[in-house]
Amino acid sequence: MAVSTAPDGTPLWRRRTPRGDLLVWLGWLCGVALAVACFQFISDRTIWMFVWDAPQQGADLVGRMFPPRWEYAHQLWKPLWDTVNMATLGTALAVVIGVPLAFLAAHNTTPSVVLVRPVALIVIVASRSINSLIWALVLVIILGPGELAGILAIALRSIGFIAKLLYEAIEEIDPTQVEALTATGASGAQVLTWGIVPQVMPAFAGITVFRWDINIREATVLGLVGAGGIGMQLEASINTLAWPQVTVIFALILATVLVSEWVSARVRHHII
Amino acid sequence: MTPDARPLLALRGLTKRYPTGDLALDGVDLEVPPGQVMALIGPSGAGKSTLIRCVNRLVEPSAGEVRLDGEDLTRLGRGALRRARRRMGMIFQEYALVERLSVMENVLSGRLGYTGFWAAWFRRFPRRDVVEAFRLLDRVGLAHMADKRADALSGGQRQRVGIVRALMQDPALLLVDEPTASLDPKTSRQIMRLLVELCEERGLAAIVNIHDVALAQEFARRIVGLRQGRIVFDGPAETLDAAALTRIYGEEDWSRTIRRAEAAEEEELA
Ligand SMILES: Nc1ncnc2c1ncn2[C@@H]1O[C@H](COP(=O)(O)OP(=O)(O)OP(=O)(O)O)[C@@H](O)[C@H]1O
Ligand SMILES: [Mg+2]
Repeated sequence: MAVSTAPDGTPLWRRRTPRGDLLVWLGWLCGVALAVACFQFISDRTIWMFVWDAPQQGADLVGRMFPPRWEYAHQLWKPLWDTVNMATLGTALAVVIGVPLAFLAAHNTTPSVVLVRPVALIVIVASRSINSLIWALVLVIILGPGELAGILAIALRSIGFIAKLLYEAIEEIDPTQVEALTATGASGAQVLTWGIVPQVMPAFAGITVFRWDINIREATVLGLVGAGGIGMQLEASINTLAWPQVTVIFALILATVLVSEWVSARVRHHII
Repeated sequence: MTPDARPLLALRGLTKRYPTGDLALDGVDLEVPPGQVMALIGPSGAGKSTLIRCVNRLVEPSAGEVRLDGEDLTRLGRGALRRARRRMGMIFQEYALVERLSVMENVLSGRLGYTGFWAAWFRRFPRRDVVEAFRLLDRVGLAHMADKRADALSGGQRQRVGIVRALMQDPALLLVDEPTASLDPKTSRQIMRLLVELCEERGLAAIVNIHDVALAQEFARRIVGLRQGRIVFDGPAETLDAAALTRIYGEEDWSRTIRRAEAAEEEELA
């Protein structure tokens, strides 16, 4: 904020001092220069010939994908069902582990800020920092291919997601409601279940269905690395260049995601 | 108030210094006999909330004693503290109901201290608790609201539920922190009247923090004035005059404040 006085004595107000204005412009200039430099860098490493004929290549591929081979869908119901189950069981497992973890990590519910909280936070960060596709790669090596690896991969990634969002919700509750119950002589466990759980219930429901929704999408690709579900059919079809089948798989995945989106929207609406 | 009666609550040298360095209470000595409704007044930041929170140890006192029926609460371990808290009902300015629970659940939460974890989890309260809950809800005119969610109630209704929750504890003492500060003047008077009536019916003592001096004079027989963590006035409501108010709040023209209280009293008698 800059206030000065005009020659005729009226006060003048500007958002920034002239110096501040100059700095902001310099910042913009640097940003643009950086963007140009980055573009140059990427451009030097791109084979533009391939990019220029991309529309043609794309059109070619689409041509090969049509007409879809709809009969193939009959072989997909089972893998699709597996995919949904993998997402659902993985989410359920993540809830079972993630919810207690959230209470251990939240400032206002952790048994010990010095000992327990940092451990819980590390577990959360570790789980979140690794994509479920990578978890699946590792688990397929350990457990062999199949749905079990997929379920665990989804659960391992979701634990951190659910625990992080939930512990943030726990830290944002209204403390006076908790105090009021403490003042009645309720035990710690009673204060938790009567005062804190009702307050975080909407957040919990929202987080869980949101993660379930994400997990449905993730479960569709886990098959690419052998962790079960429709992704295995996708990989097989791509490898054999069976593009009309790929179209069918895409269509089914799209339909499934739309349904899961609808379900989670309904659940969230209902609970909140 | 018989001076030789054993006090229900006795504070001795109660001191609270917050970690930030604020000395909120500075050696407070106070006795409250059974059945007495006492108003605690004082400017913002005087330490009123701190005082009542030190009594049930929502805030840990730094020094001094808090004796309830002779037992020093500051020395109690966890379990004993929980049992002692059951005898002190607390009522809050912002009601502090669990918003997403029903009115009935909020009322019954006053019994948590007497109920096991699983019984409370499955909402299996003893029949006499439920009967008492309905009786009290009826007493404050909210029996038809038992099934509503707490966040569907108006401010005055919420405060009634807050009062019922505190009474469900079957307390000997009520700790009341600005019960009317979020309510309109008429509802404020109704709530204060209800509180005082209920205290008389059940022989409860109460410490009521309040900013409205006229309301305090009207409804409490004893007034204690707190300033910067020290008691600077303690006497019957009638003796609270301009000089006392100046001692509590500082220099100001108090004639209107006091006259308003007297006018209200006359109106009450008329
Ligand atoms: N949690 C806290 N941490 C640090 N200082 C606090 C805390 N709570 C209160 N204080 C300080 O203690 C003093 C007394 O506060 P308290 O809330 O007891 O006053 P009060 O009389 O209830 O005021 P009001 O009428 O505004 O409610 C104030 O100086 C305040 O800044
Ligand atoms: Mg206060």
